[in-house]
Amino acid sequence: MQDRPAVRRSTTSSDAPTSAAHEHLRFIREAMERTAEFTAVPGWGGVIMGITAIIAAFVAHQQPTVVGWMSVWAAEALIGFAIGAGATSFKARKHGVPLLSGQGRKFLLGLLPAVLAGMALTIAVYGYDVGPTGEYFVRQGVLDAKASLRLLPGLWLMLYGAGIIAAGMFSIRLIPQMGSLFMLVGALALIAPAVWGNLFMGIGFGGLHIAFGAYIVQKYGG
Amino acid sequence: MAKDSSTIPSTAARPTPFIPEFDPVLHQRVRLGIISALGAGGTMSFGDLKTVLELTDGNLSVHARKLEDAGYISCRKFFDDRTPRTDYTLTSAGRAALDNYLNQMEAVIEASRTPQP
Repeated sequence: MQDRPAVRRSTTSSDAPTSAAHEHLRFIREAMERTAEFTAVPGWGGVIMGITAIIAAFVAHQQPTVVGWMSVWAAEALIGFAIGAGATSFKARKHGVPLLSGQGRKFLLGLLPAVLAGMALTIAVYGYDVGPTGEYFVRQGVLDAKASLRLLPGLWLMLYGAGIIAAGMFSIRLIPQMGSLFMLVGALALIAPAVWGNLFMGIGFGGLHIAFGAYIVQKYGG
Repeated sequence: MAKDSSTIPSTAARPTPFIPEFDPVLHQRVRLGIISALGAGGTMSFGDLKTVLELTDGNLSVHARKLEDAGYISCRKFFDDRTPRTDYTLTSAGRAALDNYLNQMEAVIEASRTPQP
């Protein structure tokens, strides 16, 4: 960053102070925009995402089939994305900053590779579970260690955490810290019995989102 | 043959640009950046400010201290789970100084738009 002021009292041209003043105002506006984008993390959005995730964990646990279980979490992923995007957009608009011009775009691009990897792995594991003929396993009320149930909760949590850590490099320090905890919960889910998958999903996508969302509300505003 | 004096640029005839007395504490890029960031972000940690403004630890410390000495920002040092943390907040004096600085810049621009006699 330049250490000398652009506006000086020497005036070789009558236009110099004016253009320097414009430059200074632009500098102030850009610093404010960068900061507003940097802190435009949706606190309330995180809390709501957490609440819907806990509901999804409860509903997913009631599903008798892998397809039903997967559908619940796929729907929750879409709902969570919509809430997150909407809340971030609302907060950015409230501060009068463009959503996808600088930090916001970097955040999205940081998150995207992990999300795409998660989608590809989900399709691969689910394809392995369902088989080429399209049949699926009926659990008859008892959770079974099928590949989807065994692996996907841990994979989703870890990949979401990895994406959040990468994206969080362009946001407040709290975000990569949250990503690290997601990865920890995901690692525990991978080594825990499959029957605990929904519990870990509830703890991660529910509990962590609510806890960090509430802290963000308190520290950086809604 | 006498030259047409109206075609000769005269430095004497050029109007003196309006330049107010700027606050020396704020009239510096790094300090102006810190004040602007805190004006938009409320309370910010040392690390967040460093990232947003792309500053080094030393540069941020030195200029934050000058702003603190001027009473424009307040600094809170605390331990977050045994990790030392520093948070900065814009004070009301800092907000007023930033507003005044913005007004001065706008006045410079406004003066340049006003037709000279």
